[in-house]
Amino acid sequence: MVYFLRRIAFFIVTLWAAITLNFIIPRIQGGDPAQAIVQSFAGQGQGVDPAQVQAVRLMLGIPNENLFQQYIDYLKAIGHGQFGLSYTYFPYTVTHMILQALPWTLVLIGVTHILSFFIGTAVGAWAAWRRNQLFDSLATSISTFLGTLPFFWTGLMLLYFLAFKLGWFPDSGGYSGHESIAFSFSFLKDAAYHAILPALALLITGPMGWIMGMRNNMIQILGDDYTRLARAKGLSEARIAMMYGARNAILPNVTAFAISLGGIMGGSIIVEQIFNYPGMGRLFFESIGNHDYPLMQTIFLFITVGVLTANFLADMLYGVLDPRVRRGGR
Amino acid sequence: MSEMRDSVVRPPTLAQAGVEAEQEEDERQRHLPTWFLILWRNMRSRFGMFLLLAFILVAIFAPLLAPYNPRDNTFMPTQLPSTAHWLGTTQSGEDVLSQLIYGARTSLLVGILAGAGATLIGLVIGLIAGYVGGLTDEILSFFINLALVIPALPLMIVIAAYSPVKGIWVIIIVIIVTGWAWGARVKRAQMVTLRERDYITAAVFAGDSMPRIVFREILPNMMSLVIAAYIGAASAAIGAEASLEFIGVGDPTVISWGTMSYWANNSGALLTGQWLWIAAPGLALALLITSLALINFGIDALSNPKLREE
Repeated sequence: MVYFLRRIAFFIVTLWAAITLNFIIPRIQGGDPAQAIVQSFAGQGQGVDPAQVQAVRLMLGIPNENLFQQYIDYLKAIGHGQFGLSYTYFPYTVTHMILQALPWTLVLIGVTHILSFFIGTAVGAWAAWRRNQLFDSLATSISTFLGTLPFFWTGLMLLYFLAFKLGWFPDSGGYSGHESIAFSFSFLKDAAYHAILPALALLITGPMGWIMGMRNNMIQILGDDYTRLARAKGLSEARIAMMYGARNAILPNVTAFAISLGGIMGGSIIVEQIFNYPGMGRLFFESIGNHDYPLMQTIFLFITVGVLTANFLADMLYGVLDPRVRRGGR
Repeated sequence: MSEMRDSVVRPPTLAQAGVEAEQEEDERQRHLPTWFLILWRNMRSRFGMFLLLAFILVAIFAPLLAPYNPRDNTFMPTQLPSTAHWLGTTQSGEDVLSQLIYGARTSLLVGILAGAGATLIGLVIGLIAGYVGGLTDEILSFFINLALVIPALPLMIVIAAYSPVKGIWVIIIVIIVTGWAWGARVKRAQMVTLRERDYITAAVFAGDSMPRIVFREILPNMMSLVIAAYIGAASAAIGAEASLEFIGVGDPTVISWGTMSYWANNSGALLTGQWLWIAAPGLALALLITSLALINFGIDALSNPKLREE
């Protein structure tokens, strides 16, 4: 029970820290983004709506105001779910833009991350089981190299060869222009077709970390005394590999699964931009280029809170799966 | 340390190879540190060390190796590969191959400096948390865990985007500020186990000061861990620099593999068929990081005898 209470406390404090970090970053580096935004509103010939200026102030603060007061206002705005207006997509709110993009990224990242996990874990377990044999050397050497390829490289190469040269897949977007977003078979088929290349770009490097992690864990466990006892008892090889080796080696990967979500989120920022995919990553990328600070910060907050929540759930699951953690306190 | 010595037990075949060979081997062991021998015996890390050496040589001798000045923009722009320009030219008429060769300098510089910065912060925080314990440990561990779960690339992007100045130094600092946590966590864990050892207790009772205990008794016993963390941090830094430059929050006038990819992508290299312009810098990046990962195979074996090659 202590374990679960500790994790809940850690989650709440990290959540607060992430929200506060999001408040501090724009204020720590000098300059006045709020001023710049208000000016560029005026520059575009649009009337400056006082509510809009207020929204910018809430997100970014105006230097002359008391910092503590700014912080209170900021927390209040977040509590009410008010993240202000996007200034690139005026008059839409930041929340509106993010909610439109969110499902695309959730599906893209969710599917590729889970696939990576299973592929990598299976290959890693097999490599550990056949340690120092041909499959092991091939798997570790190839995955070491593939795992270091940058996301922008795999993305651009897939785009060039499979979309531009061979024309097998669409080169941009999340669905064809003639389709409308609906929960219909033809739309889902079209969306899946568009998602193949971005998913592939993430999947080429995705499983590589799992291969090495699983292999090293399992080698450790296969050398442990209880595995030797299992051998001595004459248990079947398959039973030792699955029930002793793989089952225990996979445990640390549960927490790693959540931590690495942050990494794949970084990858999707780049890959979505390359394939012009209508998700959070591309929106984030665009908000940087357009200096759309309210949008950028809110997306950062969403990403952070998402990853924190995933980690919290993984910690909880870990406590249920591994009684040692529950009893040991930490 | 005793574990490390055990591993250099010579294979039985050597005993038959004559007294002379054995003396030579002894001679080598006396001059080369144990860690180097373990790395050298591991085929992967030996290959990695050669590969890394190649990159270092290219970076040092870039002016001799590069066919042109990387900023010389007097050539015909957007040329496809030819005998004069093996990888073609950029949108503003610079030689791509020369930029690729000079780019090794930027990546190595970032790896060395940002890796060192992140390792140093991680070392200090990890050692203090592990050694002092108690409330200090609780607070520092909280910050370590917080820094670990916040997604690194988005955080780096946000900090870099707000920075009033742009440039490679900003990128290096951003990478250091966001990249120290993993090393800190590993070192804290190691510190906690080392602190309980008898020889540390003996040193405490002998009245040794805390800096002396940390630097003379503890640090030498975690060197392999520190080196592994340094190589890991350097690889992460090299990759992060390229990604940040590709996204465009860095300084696009710096010559690096990341900015090369940025310009190639933004000037439609794929549409003009100049795929080598994009392929080459990313591939160089992957090879450099691979060389570091291969070296780390040997370093993993230093701290975990079960992973050593027989």
